[in-house]
Amino acid sequence: MKQMSFLRRIRDSRLFWPLMAWFIILLFNAIVKPSFFKLSIMPDPVYGNHLYGNLIDIFNNGAPLILVSIGMTLVIATGGIDLSVGAVIAISAAMGTVLINPALGQKLISNEILTRNATNTPLPLIILADLAAGTLCGLWNGLLVSRARIQPMVATLILMVAGRGIAQLITGGQIMTIYYTPYFWFGNGYILGLPVSIYIVALVFILVWLLVRKTAIGLFIESVGTNARSTYYSGINEQNVTLLAYVVCGICGAIAGLIFSSYVHSADGNNNGMYYELDAILAVVMGGTLMTGGRFSIFASIIGAVVIWTFTVTVYSLGVPANALLAAKAVLVLVVILLYSDFARRLRYQLFERRGSHHGTAN
Amino acid sequence: MVQRIKLYIVQNGPLLLTFAVFLLVYFVGAQMYPVMQKPQVFFNLFINDSSLLLVSIGMTMVILSGGGGIDLSVGGVIALVSTASAAMLRSGVSPYVVLPLMIVMGVALGALMGWIIQYLKVQPFIATLMGLYFTRGMAYIISLTSVTIKDAVYKKIALTPIYIPFMEKAYIYPTTLVGPIMLLIAIYLLSFSRFGRTIYAMGNNEQSALLMGLAVPRTKVLVYAFSGLCSALAGIVFSMSLLAGYGQFATGMELDSIASVVIGGTSLAGGVGNVIGTLFGVLIHGTIVSILQFNGTLSSWWTRIGVGVLTLIAIGIQSVTYIKRKHS
Repeated sequence: MKQMSFLRRIRDSRLFWPLMAWFIILLFNAIVKPSFFKLSIMPDPVYGNHLYGNLIDIFNNGAPLILVSIGMTLVIATGGIDLSVGAVIAISAAMGTVLINPALGQKLISNEILTRNATNTPLPLIILADLAAGTLCGLWNGLLVSRARIQPMVATLILMVAGRGIAQLITGGQIMTIYYTPYFWFGNGYILGLPVSIYIVALVFILVWLLVRKTAIGLFIESVGTNARSTYYSGINEQNVTLLAYVVCGICGAIAGLIFSSYVHSADGNNNGMYYELDAILAVVMGGTLMTGGRFSIFASIIGAVVIWTFTVTVYSLGVPANALLAAKAVLVLVVILLYSDFARRLRYQLFERRGSHHGTAN
Repeated sequence: MVQRIKLYIVQNGPLLLTFAVFLLVYFVGAQMYPVMQKPQVFFNLFINDSSLLLVSIGMTMVILSGGGGIDLSVGGVIALVSTASAAMLRSGVSPYVVLPLMIVMGVALGALMGWIIQYLKVQPFIATLMGLYFTRGMAYIISLTSVTIKDAVYKKIALTPIYIPFMEKAYIYPTTLVGPIMLLIAIYLLSFSRFGRTIYAMGNNEQSALLMGLAVPRTKVLVYAFSGLCSALAGIVFSMSLLAGYGQFATGMELDSIASVVIGGTSLAGGVGNVIGTLFGVLIHGTIVSILQFNGTLSSWWTRIGVGVLTLIAIGIQSVTYIKRKHS
């Protein structure tokens, strides 16, 4: 009997299917290209010796998406959606770049001033400014949704359209390259042989996890997602709960923008974080959080994001041209759709039920 | 009488306001830049935004059908249609084969997405996202670089001006007419056909529409197929106006189109709105772009900010009139 309940617990766990998807992709790699798992130590004069390999790349390049998925999970759990995270990434990247060197956008200034390894603003201040920008974007979305009662998809659409304009406004419409080397640490640095971005992701995850699981806020978010009105009548300030979710999402987007611009050494208001909102929503859906809101699992969403990036790196390592990646991604979405559809769920249920009952009689 | 006028204004508030905003924006533009008073500038709005108009007509239908309906794949379909047709024309296939084939492809893609949404119970957002990735990816697989079109028939259709009667030096292209024709078809479908009434009924309440015995599943698939048709036509118009095909065409057009639909007074919850509003939404978008072009010193990103602000205003108006309608 105990074995059956254990099987059941595995099957009903939210982590089961995303982890399964991840293992399938890894298994595919193990068969087709065993060198995928190779980890080597790379001597690096700047950041010290560090691990190097596809697995590290997945987490380092995927860090912005993982961060954005954490924020998106909370928003989707309240029954909302945040389409503006890509634009927030662009705004945050633009802010950081402009604060390092306000003259970057102007062509008339001599090359020497533009490309020198110095900053106009101290680094902590840049981080604070980025976080403030993200908080502001989140507040804007959150106020529109919670106070003005605009549908989340429309409310965040405004910032999604206007945000890229704002990012370009900040950078003066140019792609700005960063030359200030300490800024590169966030996306390229290493601590104890592992990328800094992994530590940032872990820190954000722990903070958000403490916020939602060690206080009542997580429960409030789930209750808003399940039924906002009854939450209100239970005496919970559902408006502020919703607002909080959007603000957390905005901050996550800002941190993602910081890592992103640090990684690529530049800021491009038009293309930074393109399609990130869509990938993040896909990651959350893969993690089993319903788009109608309610129960959520941040860790499952993170695994969803990791699956997306493992898939991306796999496709790259197979030598598929970068541009054909989109078509491959479509196949991934199709598989997710089929796995999560009612039809597949019914089939799975029957399969497991039969096996479960079999176990029951055997014991 | 006053009561009636009041009721009319409350009922058609968003549409009238969109119309007023368009007139206002155009008037301000014409005062700032007298060149804009020429009739040709007005017709240029249709020429430049013909594919946006086509896509937005399909998008309006999808959004009206409710249930979180949205079609993110429109830009991708444009890219795929333009690249596929350019590649086929390059290898010598007759344009009279290519054109129907592209339309069939668009309808099939739309119908497939509609089928997935209806029968696999997938969120429209996710299903059409897959469509977006698939179509853009396929366009890149066909060709990584831009393919130019040198076909004589295409060139002839694309470059023959049609002069507007009774107006001096004002002309449009044959491709410009596709948008308004589809608009008329959409108006007929939405206002005078069973199909259209089912769309509105579904948009208001899918469950009750189903219980009324309306063909909800079929209509939902058809709505997405119609959007696919509009996107395919937009792709043909797009490739004709640029005489090229490329996977990067029309990036972000899905957003411009959703914004135009919302500015046009259609509620994203479904069931409220019409395509005439969408026409003015598209025209407002075009007017902002032309004002920026005439100004010359303002940069292109102001378009995005302007569209964002207008969307905000449109939504504000919508929520106010919605509250009023509830009270009346």
